[in-house]
Amino acid sequence: MLRKIFGLMVAAGFAATLAAAPAQADAIDDIKARGTLIVGVKADYKPYGFRDPSGAIIGIEPELAQDVADKLGVKLEMVPVVSSNRMQFLEQGKIDLMIATMTDRPDRRKVVQIVDPNYYSSGTNVMSQKAAGLKKWEDLKGKPVCGIQGAFYNKKTQEEFGAQIVAFKGTAEVYTALKQGSCIGFVYDDSALIAQLQDTAQWGDYEMSLPTIDDAPWGLAVQLGEDKFAKLMSDMIVGWHKSGRILELEKKYGVANTPFAQAMHEKYKNM
Amino acid sequence: MEGFFAWFQWLYDETGINLTYFYDSFDRARMIGGFFTTIWLSLVCLFFSSIIGIVGAWLQGSRLVWTRRIVQGYIQFFRNTPPLVQMYFFFFALGNLLPRVKSEFGFMEPMLGNFTWAAISLSFFAGAFNVEIFRSGIEAVPESTREAAESLGYNRLQSYLYVVLPLAFRVCLPALNNNLVNLVKTTTLAYAIAVPELLYVSNQIWSDSVNVPEMMTTLLILYVALVGLLVWAMHRWERAIRVPGYGT
Repeated sequence: MLRKIFGLMVAAGFAATLAAAPAQADAIDDIKARGTLIVGVKADYKPYGFRDPSGAIIGIEPELAQDVADKLGVKLEMVPVVSSNRMQFLEQGKIDLMIATMTDRPDRRKVVQIVDPNYYSSGTNVMSQKAAGLKKWEDLKGKPVCGIQGAFYNKKTQEEFGAQIVAFKGTAEVYTALKQGSCIGFVYDDSALIAQLQDTAQWGDYEMSLPTIDDAPWGLAVQLGEDKFAKLMSDMIVGWHKSGRILELEKKYGVANTPFAQAMHEKYKNM
Repeated sequence: MEGFFAWFQWLYDETGINLTYFYDSFDRARMIGGFFTTIWLSLVCLFFSSIIGIVGAWLQGSRLVWTRRIVQGYIQFFRNTPPLVQMYFFFFALGNLLPRVKSEFGFMEPMLGNFTWAAISLSFFAGAFNVEIFRSGIEAVPESTREAAESLGYNRLQSYLYVVLPLAFRVCLPALNNNLVNLVKTTTLAYAIAVPELLYVSNQIWSDSVNVPEMMTTLLILYVALVGLLVWAMHRWERAIRVPGYGT
C-alpha cells in the first residue's frame, strides 16, 4: 500500500514537469497590454546588477533592461533574481526577460530560450588571500572554497580540482565567510571579482592569481517558444554591439573593457 | 548495478525524467553524503535538544529565583526568534567573535565550523521547546507521588531522576515526538550556512542539471521516509515503556 502511494506521488510530481509546457501567447503583446516589462536581474552582482544606497537596482544589466523597455515603449519593472532561481522565474512567467549574468550553456538552452548573439562574456577565477599563494587550480585540492549556490563551475571546481565547495545563497554571505576565514577563496565570475578587488580598503590582502578558465559567453533569455520576442531581443543585442553601448556601460561602471565586448563591437560596427 | 544506473540514463533520454543521482557517480556521491549529513545532524540535535529539555525542566523547578529566570529567558529568546535568523546569527555574528585557530592549510579559520554551528543553534532551538514539553509532563505528575518519594528519603534530584522524570516522560512523549519530527525537518535550514545536508546537495544538483521537480520529489520522499522511521521508532518506544493503567 505504502509503495503504491509513493509511486503515485512520484508519478504526480513528474507529470507536473511534463505538463509545464510554455504558454503560446505572444509575450510582446502581453507586455504592451500590461504596460510594464518585467525583467529578472541580479541585485548582488556589482557592477552588473546591484543596489544603490537608496535601494534601487542599478548596473550594466538594469541599463540594458531599460533600453528594452524604452524600445517597447513600456515601463520597466525589475525583479531581483539569484542564480538558483532565475530560470525557474522565467519558466513560471514571473519575469518576461532574464538579463542576469547567466552563462550560455547547451543544457540551459533546453529550459529557456537563450537569444543569439551573446551580449557579454566572462570566465571563472578564484579570489583568495595573498597568503594562500595559489598558483594553479590544482592548489585548491582538499581546501574549503566558497561559492554561490547554483553556479555551474562549483561542480567543476569540486570534481576536477578537488576543492571542498562551501556554497552560500548570495555574495554578501560569501564575502562575510571569506573575511572570517571559513574558506580560503571564492570561486566566481572573474568580472565580478575584478570589481570587488577594486575596493582595496576591504580586499587589499586578496588577489586573483589563478588563470581564468572557461571564458564563456553570457546569454539573456526569454521563455521557450517566444520566437518573436527572441527576434526583437536579438536585434537589440546586435544594436548594443554595433553602437558600442556595452563598452560605454563598462566604462561607466568602472570595468576595464573586456576583449569580448571589443571584439563584438569590431564585428558589428560596420554592418 | 551498472545496468540499474544505465536504466536511469535511458529514462532521462526517453522521458525527460532526469534522476542524475542514479547515473552520475559524482551526483550520487553528493546525494549519499547529503543523506548521511542530514541523519547525523538530526541525531546530534535530537540528542542534545533532549538533554537540554531534561536539564532545563529540572532547573525550572529550582528554588533559586535567578536560575528560574535564566531558564525562562533562554526559552523566550529561542522560542520567539525564527530558527533561520538564529542560524545566521550564530554563524555570522557569534562565529566572528570567537578566537581563530590555525587550520590544516596554515590559515586562520573560525574555531567552529558551519556543521557545529548548525548543530548548536538547532539543539538550542528545539531544546527551548523541549523544556516546556518536559515541564508539562512534570506538572502532570501528582503532588502526592512526589511527596511519597520524599517521605521515602529521596532528595530533590533523586526524586526527579527516579520518580518524576520517568512518569513525566510517559506523559509528554507524544508532544516530544511532535517537536522532534519538527526538528528533523528544520535541519534543512542548515543549508543557509552551507552545511551539505539533503536540501543543500539537492540544490547543487538541480542547479547543475536543471531538474528541480525531480529533485523536489526526491527530497519529499526521502523526508517522508526519514520522519516516518523516527515516528515509528518513537511509537514503539512509547508502547514499550507504557505503564498499564497510568495516564490513560
